[in-house]
Amino acid sequence: MKDINWKETLLNPIFKGNPITVLVLGICSSLAVTVQLKGACVMALSVIIVTGLSSFVVSLIRKSIPNRIRIIVQLVVVALMVILVDQVLKAYAYSVSKTLSVYVGLIITNCIVMGRIEAYALGNKPIPSLLDGLANGAGYGMILIIVAFFRELLGSGTLFGFRIIPEAFYTAGYMNNGLVILPPMALILLGCIVWIQRGVQKDLQEK
Amino acid sequence: MNTNSNTYTVIYSIVLVVVVAAILAFTSQALKDKQNENVKLETITKVISAATQADPDYVIAEDADILEEYQNLISDALFVDANGEKAGQMNIGKEDKKAIEVASTSDLKKQNDIIKKIEAGNADAASELKLPVYVFNITGQTVTVIPCYGAGLWGPVWGYLAFAEDGRTFDGAIFDHKSETPGLGAKITETPFYSQFKGRSITDEGYFGVIKGGAKDTEHEVDAISGASITSGAVGTTVRTWVKYYLPYLNKLAAESAAAQEPVAEEIVEPTTEEE
Amino acid sequence: MEYLSLFVKSIFVDNMIFAYFLGMCSYLAVSKNVKTASGLGLAVIFVLLITLPVNYLLNKYVLSPGALSWIPGMEGVDLSFLSFIVFIAVIAAIVQIVEMVVEKFSPALYSQLGIFLPLIAVNCAILGASLFMQEKDFVNVGEATVYALGSGIGWFLAIVSLAAIREKMSYSNVPAPLKGLGITFITVGLMGMAFMTFMGIQL
Repeated sequence: MKDINWKETLLNPIFKGNPITVLVLGICSSLAVTVQLKGACVMALSVIIVTGLSSFVVSLIRKSIPNRIRIIVQLVVVALMVILVDQVLKAYAYSVSKTLSVYVGLIITNCIVMGRIEAYALGNKPIPSLLDGLANGAGYGMILIIVAFFRELLGSGTLFGFRIIPEAFYTAGYMNNGLVILPPMALILLGCIVWIQRGVQKDLQEK
Repeated sequence: MNTNSNTYTVIYSIVLVVVVAAILAFTSQALKDKQNENVKLETITKVISAATQADPDYVIAEDADILEEYQNLISDALFVDANGEKAGQMNIGKEDKKAIEVASTSDLKKQNDIIKKIEAGNADAASELKLPVYVFNITGQTVTVIPCYGAGLWGPVWGYLAFAEDGRTFDGAIFDHKSETPGLGAKITETPFYSQFKGRSITDEGYFGVIKGGAKDTEHEVDAISGASITSGAVGTTVRTWVKYYLPYLNKLAAESAAAQEPVAEEIVEPTTEEE
Repeated sequence: MEYLSLFVKSIFVDNMIFAYFLGMCSYLAVSKNVKTASGLGLAVIFVLLITLPVNYLLNKYVLSPGALSWIPGMEGVDLSFLSFIVFIAVIAAIVQIVEMVVEKFSPALYSQLGIFLPLIAVNCAILGASLFMQEKDFVNVGEATVYALGSGIGWFLAIVSLAAIREKMSYSNVPAPLKGLGITFITVGLMGMAFMTFMGIQL
């Protein structure tokens, strides 16, 4: 038990083994919520909670799961967590839950959640699984927030809805870049993040 | 124990389903009131912010209790049918603010489905119409708020239109949407778009336009949002469609106000003012 | 809504990949060559065509508020909070059944689609289509089926064209840090911009 490297478990998914930029997991649902920083933060938080808790629960019951219905059991556990998050958001953060709409539901099929359960939680004790899930969620959330930061700043001139770019710029002829708000730009930004990361960490480059 | 046997698998799945369903049913019950409250509060906020545009000096404080605000301002909330006759009453919560009733967006959607049926040629469906109307008293002015609901570019758009006593002139308007493009179509929720409505009016035939490339007829049209002509156009269509079914009621208002206004020839149309 | 308009819209305008980023994981992972890409694309169309109508019926007659009114005394029941879990369970179960049926009756088809079927249960495009179906509230099963077909074909087109580009791109001189994933992201972004020209098309 003691030989688990806690630091490694926690930090690896955030930088070197980042689920989005290195493992290419979980891009699916969430880039569409990166137009505004607020939505991205809530989404990041929801994903962290869902990955953490579902890894924990699956790890708790890992010995009892019949192998044949393994995938469906995992999906049910994940779906349970997602519905709980969705219900809580609807009750306590209604305006945010409206902007996230179907994308909260799509956390279920977010490959990170299933990926971590398959790769880690099924073979490890609950507490390390919980941490692994949380860390992977965080690595994922970090990318979301970076992308959302640039999209909101360049696209709307605001951060968290507060005006950052001064009015004077607009009167001087500065315009918000409408393109950044549209979906394709999120992918291009992501491409740039991968570019920078692999420029720094040369061992990640593909042949 | 053999976790691969059929019996085990079946029992396992049954237990899992029951446990999961129980947890979900419990949470959903526990949070339901709170969620419905949120939905109601949102509708009320929208209705009030459309109505209070009638008086630019009337500002709702950030931390104001919206329910109390509604209680103070509302004077009547009713349903009208396709002939403009009263067809029902909503609780306006004068005694108990918790009892306030409003028509939620899902109610609007139901009405919109009926309207779609009528538009498709099924005239009988008109008898099913039950359109909500909110009548406010904003610092002495009577303001009538009607909702509208229709399809935008990606999902539904809806809004609340506040009419002055003449049943023609907009005192204000506010819009919302489910999933329009952020930064483009989603701008229908922002002041620069909706503040254009105040002071303009529908024609006697119920025409009102949201026009791409600048409104020509500044009485009965507003400018579309640049780069979002489809969402803006959808708002125009939605407003026109719903106004058409409210027209009998609005005509009644117009007739009443004409009768009452005869002696006092006062212009009630105010110049468009910047919103706070 | 006209079927044709819905069909064309769901292929080009509401494209699962370019407008909603759905099914990205397998989209990026399985788009290295055209042959496997078209295999996965076909499997997606196939599964969508089966799951969406089933989920539509479930949503209409079991899950949505008041849907149980065909059972006396159940008019006020609202099971919509169960929709995620029911949809995903239906998808996972149908994928499993389809896999078994195809294996038994059409080994040829199985050898083409078989390996992709397990991947599909967790493909966001499938669940996404069901969730969008719930939001768009179609009037009948026909519309839901047309929407499924359109979204599937849209996804198929997207993955096959990306695979074709990536096959060509392997001969290009891409900066080392951008190789593989990075350039693929940017390519998809550019393709998305191209697809945006369809936005707002009305038929």
